[in-house]
Amino acid sequence: MAIVEVERPVLVEHGPRRVWSAVRQLPAIPTLVLSVVVVFALFAGQVAPHPPTEGELRMRTKPAAWVEGGSTAHLLGTDDQGRDILSRIIHGTRVSMAVSLMAILIAGTIGTVIGLVAGYRGGVIDALLMRLADVALSMPLILIAVVVAAVAGPSFRNVILVIGLLLWPRFARQVRGETLSIKENDYVALARVAGRSGSYIVWRHIFPNIVPSLLVISTLQMAYVILLEGSLSFLGVGVPPPRPAWGLMIAEGRHLVWTAPWVAAFPGIAMAVTLLAMNMFGDWLRDKLDPKLRQV
Amino acid sequence: MQRYILGRIAQLFVSLLVVVTFVFLLSRLSGDPVQLMLDVTATEAEKQALRVQLGLDQPFAVQYAVYLRGMATGDFGRSVLSRRPVLEHIGERLPNTLMLGAVAIALSVVIGVPIGVYSAVKRGTALDHVARVFAVLGQAVPTFWLGIMLILVFGVWLGWLPPGGKSGPESYILPAITLGYFTAAAIMRLTRSSMLEVLGAEYVKFARIKGLRERVVIWKHALKNATIPVLTFSVMLFVIFLGGAVVTETVFAWPGLGRLILEGINTRDYPIVQGGVMVFSAIYLLANLMVDVLYSYFNPKIRYARPGA
Amino acid sequence: MNGHTPLLEVRDLKTYFFTRRGTVKAVDGVSFSLFPGETLAVVGESGSGKSMTALSLVRLVPEPAGRIVGGEIRLEGQDILKLKSHEMRRVRGGRIAMILQDPMTSLNPAFSIGDQVGEAVREHQGVGGGELRRRVVEALSRLKIPSAESRTADYPHQMSGGMRQRVSGAIALSCQPRLLIADEPTTSLDVTIQAQYLDLLREIQERLGISVIFITHDFGIVAATAHKVAVMYAGKIVEMGTTEEIFDNPAHPYTEALLRCVPRSDRLESRLLDIPGQPPDLANLPAGCSFAPRCPRAMSRCREVYPPEVEVSPGHVTKCWLAVTEE
Repeated sequence: MAIVEVERPVLVEHGPRRVWSAVRQLPAIPTLVLSVVVVFALFAGQVAPHPPTEGELRMRTKPAAWVEGGSTAHLLGTDDQGRDILSRIIHGTRVSMAVSLMAILIAGTIGTVIGLVAGYRGGVIDALLMRLADVALSMPLILIAVVVAAVAGPSFRNVILVIGLLLWPRFARQVRGETLSIKENDYVALARVAGRSGSYIVWRHIFPNIVPSLLVISTLQMAYVILLEGSLSFLGVGVPPPRPAWGLMIAEGRHLVWTAPWVAAFPGIAMAVTLLAMNMFGDWLRDKLDPKLRQV
Repeated sequence: MQRYILGRIAQLFVSLLVVVTFVFLLSRLSGDPVQLMLDVTATEAEKQALRVQLGLDQPFAVQYAVYLRGMATGDFGRSVLSRRPVLEHIGERLPNTLMLGAVAIALSVVIGVPIGVYSAVKRGTALDHVARVFAVLGQAVPTFWLGIMLILVFGVWLGWLPPGGKSGPESYILPAITLGYFTAAAIMRLTRSSMLEVLGAEYVKFARIKGLRERVVIWKHALKNATIPVLTFSVMLFVIFLGGAVVTETVFAWPGLGRLILEGINTRDYPIVQGGVMVFSAIYLLANLMVDVLYSYFNPKIRYARPGA
Repeated sequence: MNGHTPLLEVRDLKTYFFTRRGTVKAVDGVSFSLFPGETLAVVGESGSGKSMTALSLVRLVPEPAGRIVGGEIRLEGQDILKLKSHEMRRVRGGRIAMILQDPMTSLNPAFSIGDQVGEAVREHQGVGGGELRRRVVEALSRLKIPSAESRTADYPHQMSGGMRQRVSGAIALSCQPRLLIADEPTTSLDVTIQAQYLDLLREIQERLGISVIFITHDFGIVAATAHKVAVMYAGKIVEMGTTEEIFDNPAHPYTEALLRCVPRSDRLESRLLDIPGQPPDLANLPAGCSFAPRCPRAMSRCREVYPPEVEVSPGHVTKCWLAVTEE
């Protein structure tokens, strides 16, 4: 069936209208959820009804507000130290966001640099760097993280470092692959003929083209990092108390599962919802950017 | 193909060496283990005696050499806590981890594949949507939380299944579901997309033209080709399971290798940690290797047997 | 050509696709008859509706977008459109068989050819074990596949294209159907193999008394194999008649254009179609005759009303205003 399609002329919009039409295209629910999360993370102190680390012992182990015995002062109940669950969850977004952002920053930076170098230079350097990446990739992540965090002492900084240093190969691989194909383009060859230095070419021509997929990977990896951080906190080798990391809350709640199951349930729901929103957003981003990527 | 395998095996040893060295360095750098092993009241002489016994008075390089030789020969030393050989501990615990992993894989495949097939065949229907929600959740629900919730529902509220520990066959159910949920979702999605691709193939159309029953068309013709990528993925499952073993074993107090290592860390029992990490990593790396080999083995065949034009 | 009652009678068959862009009338009122032992060639460009007509005959229209919305298909007097699906399934492969264009993709790469031939035999003839094996070998030998017995264990990728097409043919003919539909079976074969294959098919057809519907865009093949020809354009049959009539006396400008693409000699080779303009968008057909935009002899009436069917000579019909005027 030979169907002749007439392409509609593309109207280029400028200024605020363009921003608005871009915003309108965002997937509704994930963006909403993520915005809430971000707001929580930034304004936790203002948004949370109670301080996260001080508990009123009078009010301990109270269930959620809609259950008998609960109170509206503590919408999601309290734990065995009288700390408000809702407030802790809100403050927990800070931990998750901070850890994941910084870890991704580290992994992304290292990975991008290595990927660019390996892809552009090729040859021995490429082989060597990729071997390194393979070795790093083949390590059992949680195990190493556990060992390191346990031995070096659990701390905010250590968690970020460990995750960042173990995650870079994922970025490097992707960046390298794309660099390899972008390298073949004419404008790169022209630049070389013009005598431009390698670093100039990489920075000016190659890097801007990998940014879209970098964004996609970052979003999806952020979700993974939050999961990872949660697992580490759960095992006791993540962000140390009294900071209200979600994983930590779930670990504490585990012992209360007979008497106060909500202590473990709610943080988990918060985590799942956040991760779901992130995954959906990342998938949407990938779908959106993919056809454009092909045009590069 | 030969060269590829040899190359990967070499890489495996390199990785293993890196891991093992890493653990060694960490354990030595984190402070004097003797301090924690003995009483506060211990005298310096006693401490020194223990140091000599454990070989900790030797220079670093010698310790490393001794350590490596031990790793290579399977002599992982003795547990500081129990005085029994580390290998013995590992021997007790490893089978539990592997068994759980096997049950979880079986569960994932048995649940994931049929749902994936139905989801593809009945595309767009309510069943498909429910299945896809199930799959998407698999990526977002944290494993450890799922385990706790399952314990809550089935162990506490309903009392049907044991809340932890390894006992009879019922005790495998909850941990296996927890461990396997994420991978069941992944298998389901892979099966679904694979089936959708295959269902559009000419030979499926031809099978229908031959007048074969729909059941045969789907479960014989379509499935056989759709499962090739799924099978290779299943081996990767094992790798993923190992990764999640530590967490699941903790939640369910399962006596496996992951928990052994964790216990060793908490009690500063270095030989246990070193031996455990070594074995764990070796298995993990080996599984990774098998995945890569399988992928490359199937690839030319996949390229040939690709459905459609 | 024997028989007084047609084996197959298709009346006003309509298969539409309901898409977002509109309703695509892939098959729009197709009617023809086929007698036992007869070969009908259906010719046209891609998109003319020939393949969809074939699929409609076995009720395998791609759902959910596509549906047979009207008409009758009478096989030996019985309207198969009214059959229940399991009854239709028995017809498919049993009384009506079909072979597809690409031999490489018709066969499942994961199963041996013995298995794939055996499936059809088992399903329609209900035999098993040794008898099944015997019939499979028989089916393969009928298509002159050498060392058929040992070949049953082979896989499709171990055979050449020509061999694979024979296997498809073997499967199709294994249950001794009354009607064989061949959808461009030789398009992807070498020219030399084409000739052998066509000869083989003709031989088998004569021996078994099968009717054949041969879908092609190649008039050379039409000349070599068909008794009757139906020319399709934009979902409708615009001309139909015996092969001699069509070649000597084409009545529709489209048929004329098609014939002009064929070198006038006895060779089986012919160029693929090459007519100016493009086939119409089946979701947006123009008013009047659908060929009018490309027709060198279009009149104003052609663009307004679709021409009726007119008998040019006994057994030779066409849908063209020119034929009406010439009466």
